Amino acid sequence: MLLALDFPPVSHLVEWGPIWGHGAFAINKVVLEMWVAVALTSAVFIVAGRKRALVPTGVQNMAEAAIDFVQNGIIMETIGPDGLLYTPYLLTLFSFILACNLVGLIPGIQMPVMARYALPVFMALVTYVIYNVVAVVKQGPLKYLKNVMFMPGVPKGMYVLLTPIEFFTQFLIQPFSLSLRLFANLLAGHLILVTFAVLTTALWEATKIGFALPFALLVVLTGFELLVAVLQAYIFTILSAVYIGRAMHPDH
Amino acid sequence: MLLHLLAPLHFFATQDSGELLKGLTAVGRGIVYGGAAIGPGIGIGIVVGNAITAMARQPEAAGMVRTTMFLGIAFTEALALFGFVLAFIISG
Repeated sequence: MLLALDFPPVSHLVEWGPIWGHGAFAINKVVLEMWVAVALTSAVFIVAGRKRALVPTGVQNMAEAAIDFVQNGIIMETIGPDGLLYTPYLLTLFSFILACNLVGLIPGIQMPVMARYALPVFMALVTYVIYNVVAVVKQGPLKYLKNVMFMPGVPKGMYVLLTPIEFFTQFLIQPFSLSLRLFANLLAGHLILVTFAVLTTALWEATKIGFALPFALLVVLTGFELLVAVLQAYIFTILSAVYIGRAMHPDH
Repeated sequence: MLLHLLAPLHFFATQDSGELLKGLTAVGRGIVYGGAAIGPGIGIGIVVGNAITAMARQPEAAGMVRTTMFLGIAFTEALALFGFVLAFIISG
């Protein structure tokens, strides 16, 4: 072989050593990125909320566009007018995930925060608690279980098959798949970028010219990851909205 | 003739079993992810194809169709992602 390509093991690509402190509460690169994302989103909304001009400009314009998108594009499409109560939660989810994903794409930083499982699974569990509490409050515990396990309009015999499936889907698989979708999409994107970065480095060392093709692909795929970043933030938020909506209106 | 047929077995038996396990793990990972990607690949194709048909027929309903399409993609894609994560979990 002309090239000795050794792809680093996956654990090397996503595990970062502590910068400060040690043990479970150590601060590493991923935590720093997450703080940057929190600071960014807070700054945008605090600055936008302070002036409240009638004709929005600049930051206020951006914040209002985000709120409008979450209210009209996500809540009204999935829950309905009574779901506007959940705008703060869903807007927080959307802007935080988006900021995390975008910070993780900046060249030189390039480590998606959501490619560590702890953060997506925490957000999914928050959604899980919210939709279960909403369902128990709105429908009552027994009616909620009945609505989940015995969906109306199904032939009686099908319940043998359907009831366990629906039960496990609602209480186990739904939060799992919600978090896993975000996590796996960003991990996969990270691995693809790493693959082309490794290829670029190896070809640069070997030939000096041949690196152009993988490098061009690296740039193109970074653009693609930008699309994935926005799309995954949208999908996580809209699925949370769908689950909450299903808890509020079980009949459809 | 028989010896020729058995030769690979003999080859495996003399290999370091750790190496063999590593190789088989890699093959298993490939099969797991490849297998998990078939169904969702077809499924997402159907979802998006039908969504495009719907949008072309009724452009005024495009917003609603798009929202539902993304939901459908997300639910279908989850299966492929289970396979993707499972491929990493498998270890020799």
